Amino acid sequence: MTGYSGGVTGTLTSLWANLRRIRAGRWLVTGIPWLWLVIFFCLPFLFILKISLSEPALAQPPYLGWIRESADGLVSIVVNFGNYWLLWEDTLYASALLGSLKVASVSTILCLLIGYPMAYAIARAPTHLRMPLLMLVILPFWTSFLIRVYAWMGILNTNGILNNALLWLGVIDQPLEIMHTSLAVYIGVTYAYLPFMILPLYATLSRLDPALLEAAADLGARPARQFVTITWPQSLPGVIAGAMLVFIPVMGEFVIPDLLGGPDSLMLGKLMWTEFFNNRDWPVASALAAVLLVVLIIPFLLLRRYEARVEEAV
Amino acid sequence: MSGASKHKRRAFPWLWTALAFGYVFLYAPILSLIVYSFNESRLVTVWAGFSTRWYGELFRNEQLLSAAWLSIKVAAIAATIAVVLGTLAAMTLVRFRRQWGARSMGIMVAAPLVMPEIILGLSLLLLFMSMADLIGWPASRGQGTIIMAHVTFCMAYVTVVVQSRLAYMDASLEEAAMDLGARPLKVFFTITLPMIAPSLVAGWLLAFTLSMDDLVVASFVSGPGATTLPMVVYSSVRLGVSPQINALATIIIAIVVVAVSVAGYLMYRQGKQQ
Repeated sequence: MTGYSGGVTGTLTSLWANLRRIRAGRWLVTGIPWLWLVIFFCLPFLFILKISLSEPALAQPPYLGWIRESADGLVSIVVNFGNYWLLWEDTLYASALLGSLKVASVSTILCLLIGYPMAYAIARAPTHLRMPLLMLVILPFWTSFLIRVYAWMGILNTNGILNNALLWLGVIDQPLEIMHTSLAVYIGVTYAYLPFMILPLYATLSRLDPALLEAAADLGARPARQFVTITWPQSLPGVIAGAMLVFIPVMGEFVIPDLLGGPDSLMLGKLMWTEFFNNRDWPVASALAAVLLVVLIIPFLLLRRYEARVEEAV
Repeated sequence: MSGASKHKRRAFPWLWTALAFGYVFLYAPILSLIVYSFNESRLVTVWAGFSTRWYGELFRNEQLLSAAWLSIKVAAIAATIAVVLGTLAAMTLVRFRRQWGARSMGIMVAAPLVMPEIILGLSLLLLFMSMADLIGWPASRGQGTIIMAHVTFCMAYVTVVVQSRLAYMDASLEEAAMDLGARPLKVFFTITLPMIAPSLVAGWLLAFTLSMDDLVVASFVSGPGATTLPMVVYSSVRLGVSPQINALATIIIAIVVVAVSVAGYLMYRQGKQQ
């Protein structure tokens, strides 16, 4: 009797020990990356908020703390909303926000217009060709972003490849001024972000059931109608996910407007860079970052939602 | 059936044209970089005959070479740490979905993928400055802070790559081994790891590339004395087109094409065997 109950307790104890070990293991597996992301990804946002509410100063670091002690030992907490007031008051910042919204929206639409037919064609290609065709879309992404933007400098310059070719062909007799205009920014952004649009589109389009289109065709629907009633609605999660994958990072883009844009292509990312590196106004740069973050919350939630749908459908 | 073939025949010509134009758009700029890297003239746009002189100058450019070496070191270390952390995160997201912290981890992993780099860079710099103020670490900014910053956004990409592989993998093998009494750690190293190994390699390469390529985040978190390759390229490119950068671009493109071809061939062979 005692031996039996001892056996049960023994088994229970070892089971418990095992369970605890598994638990501890799981805690480590989850805890280590979780902690890293909290420290290096979430915590920094609090510092952005803190610095954006500080006063700028001619010091290193170039801002004053909230808690200050005066000469007579009086401790005071100073929170400065002046940076946000400046963003509100000075139209420069509002026009940078509008500029970013405009570039991000137009480029998202351009990416969709170019990317949709490409994704559709790849999805309808013979099975053995799909992977290579998709690889060809991803391949440029593996080469340097900076260098791909640089390539357009050589093409769009006043004496660049495009102008030389058009002059030689006799299409134009004056070189086109494309470089350092918004047009150059649109071209560069569309070029750099096109793969991000194609991949989720392909993911939804490749799973479109051809039987639906066959049925529609048999019932007399023309291709245009088939597209509007079947293909487009079915691919909508991919469209939205792709659009957000382009829109969100472009809102803060710095390299492209800096290298290809001109005075008329004012964007938030470039302005933030200027405030930070050239004017050394860290509080205003932080306030700009905070505003951009708030603007991006809705697109991010949209992305989360539709990304899940793209994956669900896989 | 006749409807489908009719549909296909009608839709394909213009679709293929659109696809072809898309590829021209994607590859014409890259080709132009390669062609003009062999141009004799300093003016990138005027063809003055074939020459490899810019490659020679590139390899004598001490500043660029040391920046490239720093970038390779940073990318290799950051990618390795990112693969370890990203694999743990992917295990959490796929296998321990109900674990405390899994949901918040899902959001924290998705956000860096789209977060504008400029926010990431600024926020990390402010973090490093404040940490140095509070606990005295990191004492100086440079290679170490760039690595930490790169790990943060690279691990998000690694997580996505490993996660998709884990999700497709049958969990019953792992469960069977557990039922037979294998410890979780042993199960991971003998069963899970070999099966997700290709995604770890892919994730490492992706992380390495992203780290090598990053200009914005590194510009914020770097300190004096730590100049990465994109920083050198950027400051040179700002002044206008330069044939040396074309030569550098051609070398990078060549490495990528060779690496992707080898990976593609290996995947093709593996697929054939199965």
